[in-house]
Amino acid sequence: MNPADSPDRSTPVPTTSRTVLTGSDIERVLTRIAHEIIEANKGTEDLVLLGIPTRGYPLAQRLGQRIAAADPDVKVDELVGQLDVTMYRDDLRHGTSRTPAPTRIPGGGLDDKVVVLVDDVLYSGRTIRAALDALADIGRPKTVRLAVLVDRGHRELPIRADHVGKNLPTATSEKVKVRLAELDALDGEPVNEVVIEDHA
Amino acid sequence: MKHLLSTYDLGREDAVRILDVAEEMATVGTREIKKLPALRGRTVATLFFEDSTRTRISFEAAAKRLSADVINFAAKGSSVSKGESLKDTAQTLEAIGAEAVVIRHGASGAAARLAETDWISSAVVNAGDGTHEHPTQALLDAFTLRQHWARVKGVDPLGTGLDGMSVVIVGDVLHSRVARSNLWLLKTLGADVTFVAPPTLLPIGADAWPCTINYDLDDALAAGPDAVMMLRVQAERMNAAYFPSTAEYSRRWGFDDARLAMLDARGLDDTIILHPGPMNRGLEISAGAADSPRAVVLQQVSNGVAVRMAVLYLLLSGDH
Amino acid sequence: MTSTAATETHLIRGASLLGGEPTDLLLADGRIAAVGDAAAADERAQQATVVDADGLIALPGMVDLHTHLREPGREDAETVETGTRAAALGGFTAVHAMANSNPVADTAGVVEQVWSLGRRSGWVDVRPVGAVTVGLAGERLSELGAMAESRAAVRVFSDDGICVHDPVLMRRALEYVKSFDGVVAQHAQEPRLTEGAQMNEGTVSAVLGLPGWPAVAEESIIARDVLLAEHVDSRLHVCHVSTAGSVDIIRWAKSRGINVTAEVTPHHLLLTDEKARTYNPVYKVNPPLRREKDVMALREALADGTIDIIGTDHAPHPTEAKECEWAQAAMGMTGLETALSVVQHTMIETGMMTWADFARVTSTTPAEIGLVADQGRPLAVGEPANITLVDADARWTVDPEAMATMGRNSPFSGLELPGRVRATFFHGTATVLDGELNTPRTAGEWA
Repeated sequence: MNPADSPDRSTPVPTTSRTVLTGSDIERVLTRIAHEIIEANKGTEDLVLLGIPTRGYPLAQRLGQRIAAADPDVKVDELVGQLDVTMYRDDLRHGTSRTPAPTRIPGGGLDDKVVVLVDDVLYSGRTIRAALDALADIGRPKTVRLAVLVDRGHRELPIRADHVGKNLPTATSEKVKVRLAELDALDGEPVNEVVIEDHA
Repeated sequence: MKHLLSTYDLGREDAVRILDVAEEMATVGTREIKKLPALRGRTVATLFFEDSTRTRISFEAAAKRLSADVINFAAKGSSVSKGESLKDTAQTLEAIGAEAVVIRHGASGAAARLAETDWISSAVVNAGDGTHEHPTQALLDAFTLRQHWARVKGVDPLGTGLDGMSVVIVGDVLHSRVARSNLWLLKTLGADVTFVAPPTLLPIGADAWPCTINYDLDDALAAGPDAVMMLRVQAERMNAAYFPSTAEYSRRWGFDDARLAMLDARGLDDTIILHPGPMNRGLEISAGAADSPRAVVLQQVSNGVAVRMAVLYLLLSGDH
Repeated sequence: MTSTAATETHLIRGASLLGGEPTDLLLADGRIAAVGDAAAADERAQQATVVDADGLIALPGMVDLHTHLREPGREDAETVETGTRAAALGGFTAVHAMANSNPVADTAGVVEQVWSLGRRSGWVDVRPVGAVTVGLAGERLSELGAMAESRAAVRVFSDDGICVHDPVLMRRALEYVKSFDGVVAQHAQEPRLTEGAQMNEGTVSAVLGLPGWPAVAEESIIARDVLLAEHVDSRLHVCHVSTAGSVDIIRWAKSRGINVTAEVTPHHLLLTDEKARTYNPVYKVNPPLRREKDVMALREALADGTIDIIGTDHAPHPTEAKECEWAQAAMGMTGLETALSVVQHTMIETGMMTWADFARVTSTTPAEIGLVADQGRPLAVGEPANITLVDADARWTVDPEAMATMGRNSPFSGLELPGRVRATFFHGTATVLDGELNTPRTAGEWA
């Protein structure tokens, strides 16, 4: 078996690559989304942010830090968790076997909470479908909302985001790469950016 | 990974991955809804030529928690007892729709035969073949050991092995598939393994194994192992002159109350006791040891489900 | 009385006798009529079928002291007809049919039946082996004398597959066969030490969890038997020697002047117990495949004469007997059609033996041990025309499906080996020509 993200899953060298969000763009966008979340929830009560691995989790962390900064009663580790959706995916029979990541639910559980799912890119909507199924096996939130850094369109399911960092019209031949300093580095330097690579 | 036949051929990366996936599977067992949809619509067959209710229900629970359908085939009272061959039985199961065959068989190599012939194309999981291997038992033992070792070291078990851990395995190594599977896997994960047994119950050729062999249990315990695994000893072995009497066996190689007290006296507070079950209380392990807080026998059982979930998931997901 | 085939005449051109200089051979009336320039000059050469043997080696027809033909009783595994076809294709002109048929060859009636089946087939001499004990049960002697005096004229007696483990019975058998110059061929296997045994006991069996067949179970019986043979001053033959320790004991026995001969199978000269790691029962055989060290000791012993002969232990089995778990599988391998190639590969290509040595261990000495008239003779004028022509430079890939034996259980399947039999002459009849079965010797020729 091969690890899900083994290096041999090689991507061809992109013919073009353009930056659509810089590090500071990402910061600004996240600050806005954090405020939108508080606004929509009319405060921070019953709020839980669940990041979807891999890059949804650091984004949820960053949003959590902003919300905690706005409300001194909120502690990030009681607000932010991680929701792994691997076992709920509809493509498990294809590609290499995927290794599930841990699911971590903040101590208060999910029943009657307002859960905000956080992911980096919204595309077909299938990951979010899996996430909704995963949520249902863990608890029964009052409301589930969705926050994404980038919505690149091409939905295959009736799913929409409540909070969008940037709407990004793309071609299906293009790849949207989100790089976050918590996980990614270029030439040894941590990097924050969203780029579009064209493999056409 | 197409099949799981032995730990002899299992590399460290794959072994750690199975244990890591099992960590996630274990959390499902603590939820209210103990089920994942990962293998919905898939069919797992258990093909048991030997009675082993424990192993069979562990695999069955694992498959069901992953939403797979399970077909149980017990050879006793079936066409097999009327002379049907392994090939015909396996092909019948596949014709019914089995995509993974979990096989327990009295003949060493039976699982390998199913996997390496063109009889069937299903994934094959060895659930114990003769005196050869029992890889999922070793994986659940390693999982139990790793959780303990991580706790002792104060680290997250994910991604780790058993580096630096010392494990003593005691008993009928000659006839034990559990001992063989554990030796290879624990060595691969970085543990030091010591076998303690009467010389009659060690195979010729074991001197070439990557372990220490000691005939003296007290001597091995005095070295302060991190875990002691007691193997089941069948009293019938006495009749074949492997040892003179069960009393002499327990005195020399049983984990009795005196040896339990010895661990306490030496301050070996972090030494745990494992047993693959079913235990012969009073033979290889005393009731006092089996019921002591050091014994992790029931954790082994529940970890068995998580490990088998991980194995079935990894075998049945992805392209093959 | 002569039939048309009996006058079959062949002029073999340019064959290298035992690997020597090319020469011609004229075969007529079942004998070697002329050798060298005299062959083509002989007037009978005018009517002869010419066999171009340029680049081929001429050897005396091979004699197998250890063949399982399965008939009577297991005709689903092999028959005398199919087994002897395989033998002819493998370069043999005589085989010894082991006694473990059903019924067991323990009476004059059964051995005569096998003998006459062999005559009827006409591909090779079939020499029945008589069972030492009734039903191979190891309890009382068979009527050894009746079998010796029968038309089959049995001289080799063996319970092969089962050891004559009772020391008193073994002693009596060794003594009794002296009255007709017979020989007891022992399958050396101490039964208690090998209960349930599946493979060589050692580092590989330890890993595989298969019950071990220890070398000592063979060696202890051989040690006992050579001392018994010395004590009663009898001839002893040891079947399929498989361990380095056995070689040491036999070497010691010969140095003491004990009248012991020994055989080794081609598979024990090439394969080791590492093969068992596949759990493929095609590698399950008795005695089992041993360690590399044993293989090397066996090769040396064959080269230095400690081991006298090659015996194939050809043991065909129906597919279902091997298409199962290792422990359930039957023991044995086919060997008639691969023996020459395996021996060439292990002994000649390694420089340990010459083709003259090959002739000694595959023809001359086995014929002497079995007291087979007209076999194992020199390639000289007046001798019976039992000859094998070999293309030593050919290479081929073993395909059990293409074999004449009914058994598909060749452990050499897929292996590329040197040496192909191009022709076999059995009392002058070309049983094999151009590497294919040609014609058997017809009944009329046996007169």
